[in-house]
Amino acid sequence: MSNLGTLFERTAAGGGRGRRIATRAFTLELDRLADCGCLGEGLARLDSRCVLLAVGDMAKAAAALIELDGVTRRIVLCPPGADAQLLIALARAAEADALVYDGDAPSPEIDVAIRVACRLPLAPLAAPRAARFVTEWAMPTSGTSGPPKLVAHTLATLTAAFRPATGERWATFYDVRRYGGLQILLRSLLGAESLTLTDPNEGVDAFLGRIGQARATHISGTPSHWRKVLMSGGAHRIAPQRVRLSGEIADDAVLAALRALYPDAHVEHAYASTEAGVAFVVSDGRAGFPASLLREDGEVALRVVDDVLRVRSNRAALRYLGAGAPALEDSDGFVDTGDVVARNGDRCLFVGRRGGVINVGGAKVHPEEVEAALNAHRAVRASRVFARRNPITGALVAAEVVLSEGVAADEATKRDILAACRAALPAYKAPSFLNFVAELPMTDGGKLVRHG
Amino acid sequence: MSTRLTILAAIREVATEQAKTLAPLADDLPLMETGLDSLCFAILVARLEEALGADPFTSAGDGRLPSTIGELIAFYENALV
Repeated sequence: MSNLGTLFERTAAGGGRGRRIATRAFTLELDRLADCGCLGEGLARLDSRCVLLAVGDMAKAAAALIELDGVTRRIVLCPPGADAQLLIALARAAEADALVYDGDAPSPEIDVAIRVACRLPLAPLAAPRAARFVTEWAMPTSGTSGPPKLVAHTLATLTAAFRPATGERWATFYDVRRYGGLQILLRSLLGAESLTLTDPNEGVDAFLGRIGQARATHISGTPSHWRKVLMSGGAHRIAPQRVRLSGEIADDAVLAALRALYPDAHVEHAYASTEAGVAFVVSDGRAGFPASLLREDGEVALRVVDDVLRVRSNRAALRYLGAGAPALEDSDGFVDTGDVVARNGDRCLFVGRRGGVINVGGAKVHPEEVEAALNAHRAVRASRVFARRNPITGALVAAEVVLSEGVAADEATKRDILAACRAALPAYKAPSFLNFVAELPMTDGGKLVRHG
Repeated sequence: MSTRLTILAAIREVATEQAKTLAPLADDLPLMETGLDSLCFAILVARLEEALGADPFTSAGDGRLPSTIGELIAFYENALV
């Protein structure tokens, strides 16, 4: 056992009565977990198993995680909406022999020894808890193509960055099955008063209404989530004390827009990855991070190798799962994040992903740096930049833009935005094509969909 | 608009956008001396694909590429036949 205790023990130690986790469909009352659960007599059958957790509602997922930690050898967090094909691939990658499925949906057609339904509301425990493992928490990395690649964490690595959160009321746009959302869920279980979670079929306005009713003080999401809030009529339904962005590059434009919308809130952005864990939080309201963080003597060590950020900390995953999997860390214990940074005086700015560059006649362009230039224009609310094939230069930079409210989608606006980009960027980085669109596609994880 | 006029208008538009000074666009003017750089040509070819529905640089069968303004216009006119 970890000396910190299981998730159930640490949730119970989070204190306070009336603590809860709410989705649209269910409210999970944490007080009741002492003698109630969501897995019924099935829990005993999951003892020492490697379990795929594939439920719909996030309150169910939270209740199941509290029951499974310490009882099973491994929990595999399956992304929401995973189909049978993906579940089979995950089961193979994680050597899973059991499945926890959603009791309100058909059991997926996959071949495992043990199946247990997860149901809310909570029901009395069938037997006393018998936790004896340091359970591995396995989750897919956010890579987009090919067979899923899983990393293994433990409750200790997942919670190593935490400070007490007593009395805070949290809400997040993330899904708790992914690293960013799981961080928010675990923080909430270990001390917050409440956590408000989304429903897959719920619009932004309706979710903001529920966050407002829950009087959430700490609200987190990706910059893409927050741009949706900025475009939503429901933005004033919430009154956050703290607005947190992570998961994508937070540019100055979105940070400034959120400060203007919520003048009483503290707006911050965090840097984390599924593999490297939470590295740091930037609270000064500016894009990027202070170069002073590039040091190797603290709890989190950061270095830049070939322009790419590497992180070493006790929050990193243990390893990749699977025979023949590559090493997660380099020989000095650093995780290569794949995030390209550029130093500008005492500031480091995130430029983009190492693999994501557009090659314009041999010159490299990171879509993210062009998006930052576009987003800095007052007419632009959100943007997406991608490569367009070209017979002369191999590729050109193309952009889709969502305009700010009340801006005319005409040629004059287009010319104005493009002129601003050409003034801010070298000619080959400025978009050669610009289209106006009503909205930009987002992944289930709340990130902008990148072209392949 | 004829293919010729479409091409000449697109060249002027790209030059304006990219702040390039164009030489007078005579048919015998070598493309390398127009004042456009390779980025400008890349944009021009993409614009002409949208305007004319053809990209002879990608589809050219015999691999012979134009070197003057006149050849460039003929290159597109032939592709559109």
